[in-house]
Amino acid sequence: MPGPAAVRSPPARRPEFDTIAAWIEPGAQVLDLGCGDGSLLRHLKQVRGAMGYGVEIDDAKVLASVRHRVNVLQSDLESGLAGFETGSFDYVILSQTLQAVRHTEQIIGEMLRVGRQAIVTFPNFGYWGHRLQILAGHMPVSATLPYQWYDTPNVHLFTLRDFESFCAGHGIRILERIVMDQGRVVSLLPNLLGSLAVYRFDRGAQP
Amino acid sequence: MNAPGSIGVVIPHKAQFDEPIRLRSGALVERYELAYETYGRLNPTRNNAVLVCHALNASHHVAGIYSDDPANVGWWDNLVGPGKPVDTGRFFVVGVNNLGGCHGSTGPASINPATGRPWGAHFPVVTVEDWVLTQARLADHLGIERFAVVMGGSLGAMQALQWTISFPQRISHALVIAAAPKLSAQNIAFNEVARQAIMTDPDFHGGDFYAHHVVPRRGLRLARMIGHITYLSDDAMAEKFGRALRDGTLKFNFDVEFEIESYLRYQGDKFSDYFDANTYLRITKALDYFDPAAEYGGDLTKALARARAAFLVVSFTSDWRFSPARSRQILKALVDNRLDVSYAEIDAPHGHDAFLMDDARYHDLIRAYLDNIDIG
Repeated sequence: MPGPAAVRSPPARRPEFDTIAAWIEPGAQVLDLGCGDGSLLRHLKQVRGAMGYGVEIDDAKVLASVRHRVNVLQSDLESGLAGFETGSFDYVILSQTLQAVRHTEQIIGEMLRVGRQAIVTFPNFGYWGHRLQILAGHMPVSATLPYQWYDTPNVHLFTLRDFESFCAGHGIRILERIVMDQGRVVSLLPNLLGSLAVYRFDRGAQP
Repeated sequence: MNAPGSIGVVIPHKAQFDEPIRLRSGALVERYELAYETYGRLNPTRNNAVLVCHALNASHHVAGIYSDDPANVGWWDNLVGPGKPVDTGRFFVVGVNNLGGCHGSTGPASINPATGRPWGAHFPVVTVEDWVLTQARLADHLGIERFAVVMGGSLGAMQALQWTISFPQRISHALVIAAAPKLSAQNIAFNEVARQAIMTDPDFHGGDFYAHHVVPRRGLRLARMIGHITYLSDDAMAEKFGRALRDGTLKFNFDVEFEIESYLRYQGDKFSDYFDANTYLRITKALDYFDPAAEYGGDLTKALARARAAFLVVSFTSDWRFSPARSRQILKALVDNRLDVSYAEIDAPHGHDAFLMDDARYHDLIRAYLDNIDIG
């Protein structure tokens, strides 16, 4: 019997795929951390001619990625990216996974060591729907946070504002941001009206 | 009675090669034979050939059975056959006994045409590179310009890896299973104990035991017992044997008491019945010598810069002989070269031997990978 998490996992084709595809240069070398069934990498290969690898820990998702003809390397993100040379990829992507990673600073640091730029997508905890549910006394359950408090893989929930102050505090330069809700771009009051955030960033001008 | 999906009765063949071959050691082999088997059909475009390389004690008999020996099932029969992960309905599968072997290919027990007597101690030391070269000649013989897949486990995986370096234009995919890019000191140490067991057996006669009509059985038994300890994980041994006693009670003597002793003695006896001591020495040397990075200052990334194949690398969590960390060294070199590669670390309890086991996660992965190979 599949667990509740398996039933309510997001669809393979996510709205932010096109945003990410539009951001990356054609023929880019990409590392996709927590690549799931490989659909993002497959999309980037198809529409941008990207070459790259996915990193995934879960047996079933590794198999699904192989079925999708995506290069997938079975490994635990929490153990770092030791197998990848510094500055060896154009983009390191962490899609809908940052909130489930235990050592946030370490993984962001590793992404910016291995990649020239990094792209992350995450559910915005500050989304109005989430705020309402908290006001009503419950942990939010939504399309971007499709888990109950007791079965969620997420360990760090945060808002757009939290992420941006994290970047400011760690010398990270945000290059681009797109905030979405139900597949549409949100430009007004993004931290309130957006349920999904997509950021592209680099190390900025290092001293 | 064949198991469902078995290829059924197969026939071993021999190919004769009269063009001399210069081995890595410098030795020249004037002519030699290779024993091989094939399953399935080579398609008209000749792009569906799969070479299966064997590890230490196996042979060209990869799948199926012999009509006169139905108990002799091929060593990778659970993986290779009609409808199996290596589907002989799609692929033309070739198994070959390596040069220096003892299952039909020219080896130390063969007659040296120069003397009319068995080669014995005079048979040269062979290497993984030499094997790959002779396998390429077998491919020529079979009309195979390029293999869709070269695959193997353990020492067989080293051959698949070497193929991508020696003949980058002749291999599309390499399946590198339970491998290491070179042996560790500990690996070499185990091999040396096995070799010493054989060479110090009085029946070894410096390798020329054939003339004395004896076999260094004691040495072979010990070599095999040591090998088996390294093929199994501690957990698998505990699970399979524990401290179980054969007769249920301690006997206070040195007969077989624990089940593990019985198992090792049985494996040793069985092995010494069929395996050639000189072949064993040479195969362990081929393992010890394998180190494609050596001529690039130890840089495996540089060694694999020539490779063009796509790779599937598989390791097993409980394999302490060639641990997942060894496979990740190969993986890093492949990623550094931006080669297509997928890597799976199978959570299997069986130790190094896991590559021979029928494990659903492992076999599903190989099936999925091979199903995606386009053979038109």
